[in-house]
Amino acid sequence: MAEYTTPTSEPEFHANFSQLKPRMNATEALLESSRCLFCFDAPCIKACPSGIDIPQFIRQINTGNTTGAAVTIYEANYFGNACGKVCPTEVLCEGACVYNLQDVKPIEIGRLQSFATREAIEKSKPLFGPGAPNGRKVAIIGAGPAGISAACELRHLGYEVDVFEAKSQPSGLTVYGVAPYKITNEEVLAEMAYLEAQFGFKVQYNQPITSRRELDALEESYDAIFLGIGLGLTNPLLLPGEERANCVGAVEFIEQLRQKHHQMAVGRKVIVLGGGNTAMDAASESARLGAENVILAYRRGKQEMGAYEFEYDLAKGVGVKGLFNVAPVEIVGNGKVEGVKFIRTATINGHVQVVPGSEFVEPCDMVIKATGQAKQTQFLSLIPGLRLDNKGRIVADERTGQTTNPKYFTSGDARNGGAEVVNAAAEGKATARGIHAFLSK
Amino acid sequence: MPDLSINFAGIKSPNPFWLASAPPTNSGYQVMKAFDAGWGGAVWKTLGVPVVNVSSRYGGVNYRDKRLIGFNNIELISDRPLADNLREIEEVKKRFPHHAVIASLMVQSRQEWHDIVRDVQNAGSDGIELNFGCPHGMCERGMGSAVGQEPEVLQTIVEWVMEVAKIPVIVKLTPNISDITEPALAARRGGADAISLINTIQSIVGVDLDRFAPYPIVDGQGSNGGYCGPAVKPIALNMVKNCAQHPGVQLPISGIGGIENWRDAVEHILLGASSVQVCTAAMHFGFGIIREMTSGLDQYMTEKGFHTIYDMVGKALPNVRHWEDLNLKYKVTATINEDKCIGCQLCYTACEDGAHQAIRLQEGTRVPAIIDENCVGCNLCSLVCPVEQCITMERRDDGTEHLTWKERTQAGTIPTEFNDERAGGRHHWVPEPAAALGKEKHKTLPGTARQYAAQDAAKRLAASATSAE
Ligand SMILES: Cc1cc2nc3c(=O)[nH]c(=O)nc-3n(C[C@H](O)[C@H](O)[C@H](O)COP(=O)(O)OP(=O)(O)OC[C@H]3O[C@@H](n4cnc5c(N)ncnc54)[C@H](O)[C@@H]3O)c2cc1C
Ligand code: SF4
Repeated sequence: MAEYTTPTSEPEFHANFSQLKPRMNATEALLESSRCLFCFDAPCIKACPSGIDIPQFIRQINTGNTTGAAVTIYEANYFGNACGKVCPTEVLCEGACVYNLQDVKPIEIGRLQSFATREAIEKSKPLFGPGAPNGRKVAIIGAGPAGISAACELRHLGYEVDVFEAKSQPSGLTVYGVAPYKITNEEVLAEMAYLEAQFGFKVQYNQPITSRRELDALEESYDAIFLGIGLGLTNPLLLPGEERANCVGAVEFIEQLRQKHHQMAVGRKVIVLGGGNTAMDAASESARLGAENVILAYRRGKQEMGAYEFEYDLAKGVGVKGLFNVAPVEIVGNGKVEGVKFIRTATINGHVQVVPGSEFVEPCDMVIKATGQAKQTQFLSLIPGLRLDNKGRIVADERTGQTTNPKYFTSGDARNGGAEVVNAAAEGKATARGIHAFLSK
Repeated sequence: MPDLSINFAGIKSPNPFWLASAPPTNSGYQVMKAFDAGWGGAVWKTLGVPVVNVSSRYGGVNYRDKRLIGFNNIELISDRPLADNLREIEEVKKRFPHHAVIASLMVQSRQEWHDIVRDVQNAGSDGIELNFGCPHGMCERGMGSAVGQEPEVLQTIVEWVMEVAKIPVIVKLTPNISDITEPALAARRGGADAISLINTIQSIVGVDLDRFAPYPIVDGQGSNGGYCGPAVKPIALNMVKNCAQHPGVQLPISGIGGIENWRDAVEHILLGASSVQVCTAAMHFGFGIIREMTSGLDQYMTEKGFHTIYDMVGKALPNVRHWEDLNLKYKVTATINEDKCIGCQLCYTACEDGAHQAIRLQEGTRVPAIIDENCVGCNLCSLVCPVEQCITMERRDDGTEHLTWKERTQAGTIPTEFNDERAGGRHHWVPEPAAALGKEKHKTLPGTARQYAAQDAAKRLAASATSAE
């Protein structure tokens, strides 16, 4: 199968992981922006979780006001460039473009968005700045899209903001989780540096907040605390043989991939367990790393996969094979992974049931578990009065992001259970407003 | 197969498409190439005492991603010696005896006119076009539009030319005048065989926002130029019609202005032109566009059953009337074809802000609805709709009544007082002014704030609806 040879250098890595939404040049941006109809109360705006005034910024690009376009975008979403590249636009803004109803290609909103914001970033255009200091302080835990967006908005409103981040780089899963063919590390970090330079929030890296003592200290010194901690590690399968070498979690695998690039090792034959977007990503990524065979194994039928159709198409496009209606029962091998023992399943009355006696072993030398991320319930239990719902999501007010412990606010994956960068960015910004409203009472 | 050939005031041409006097006809090389490509005729770049041109001569008007929907130039007449041009005219005519070569001329004195007319006749030109149109550079020297704007001067010069002309003479008119028929009538009085119009329109196509100077910029400065290209077609069509309808003019018309394809050409012809001239489109796309033009014209004539160009010359003229003759009883209203509608709501916002608030939005769908009582049938929605045949204007009157403004004037039933009961908009609903306030204000908010405000507005609306019940 191998469509890709194993990359052995940084350029080869980038060739295998070439950008799905490459940067537009000025001519392309002019042509594409010219197609926009400037719909009234445009459906794309409503479909964008961050509510960017898309026709407005496209019109601004079209009239040569690229800086104004960047303002329009950032006013609604501080991850303007990242979102333009990583948003599942097919199901968001571009999916809502009225051209679809005419069987005409929708406007490439994401790429136009990045066109405008990239230029602002590269030219270090000062578009925003911190507001006049209001004497209040907010601590932010987690420098992901939610945390950084809240930080920007709070600085804008005059707050002093300290961000505590467990890892060594900002942007959370944008740099540690999103597939490398959607956005490069440099591009993500350039936007983060751009925001930091404008708003001047302080981030303390390698500073996980893990204890009650640390929380006490934060509660002591800050007027409010924002939880932008996202989700946790990959859920365990709880299957025999899971501990074998080369049986890895998808989030952990991708995090390594994003940092190691071509130095990342992948098996020759990889089985990815799961049917969500992360599974599609891990499968695509394995193929692009040069795996000869990549099998995507899912418990139910193809139609029931949680992944977006275009994500599955993308994986199929790089040679990934689907294996449906199978459940793993054991990771077999001798120290190292040598295969997965599956049992066939059938969905009866909506319930997945195993077909007795249908076990078989699919050989492989690597297993990637894309079985969802765990919630950080242990850490969250340190916060008194903080309620989680039955899925482990932090309960918070829809608009203000205030949790059941009034000092704590939250946004992003930790609150919505795992969505997209754009959701975290939009929520983070709105929650900053919520904090402001609360503290201004 | 329809016959595309024409005999324009005695000038024969295999088809009605001529290159206008302009840069594409600057040399024998270009004209031969054009004839090779299929053009029927060429009006040579204006001859006279050769000029000196500036560098940086053209400016363009772009619309979004479309280049040169308008075009202007500050170039003058030919800067090549007359002898070279005459030699090349002769060469072209030898090689293409059945194509039309028309010499465009612009000089000053009677003697110069006599000399140059004889020269181009001797070179074998099929006709002469007098350039009384150029709106820049030459007019400052008393030529070009300076002549075209003075009917008496124009007539005199035509008379000088007619004294020696043995071939048909066309007078090219400038549009930089309030009534185009005046110079047309003067041309007729002077004895001209035909007219051509329009020449370029005095213009500034744009201003450089960084250099604070008009385009095209010559060493930091600019001058007004002559405007042409697709954008001028509507002005040209109207002037062609004016000349064609004027009972005193009665001359063959060569239509010029914004012709880029066969449709534009047919429009000119339907309004009275019997040859058409093209410049900008050839400068933009090259001579190759002629293949589309002849093929389109051929196809159209076949479909309509026209055998010759003359079957359609002026065919639309009887339907171009004065406003006062139009039927006030005719009534159309807009209809939205729901199956075609893509929900852009451009019709809604256009009617709401730019017309008569006769389109409303509907709950649960992006397809707007026409409020029939409010629709005045202005066409705006159907013009902004991006989908072909989605909004159509349907006739509502039964076609039995016919009443014009003229008739109402005669009958004394027109509104005559400021607050006249008979005013057209008198009983037409308009919303209260204050109802506009805040209606779309939330759209100016960024991001989620906009979404929240929209949700709140919807909630308020729902609440007021239930409390009203
Ligand atoms: C594999 C994968 C692919 C994805 N692909 C896309 C995509 O293509 N497009 C898209 O839009 N979205 C994608 N997403 C989702 C997107 O990345 C997330 O929705 C988004 O990053 C959530 O932002 P967040 O700020 O809530 O959390 P995160 O991005 O997870 O950020 C949380 C941050 O908090 C830090 N943190 C956590 N706990 C602590 C603590 N106790 N102390 C200090 N710091 C802490 C973490 O280190 C991290 O930096 C993907 C997600 C995954 C897993
Ligand atoms: S943020 Fe994402 S969804 Fe919103 S307009 Fe940009 S690309 Fe589309």
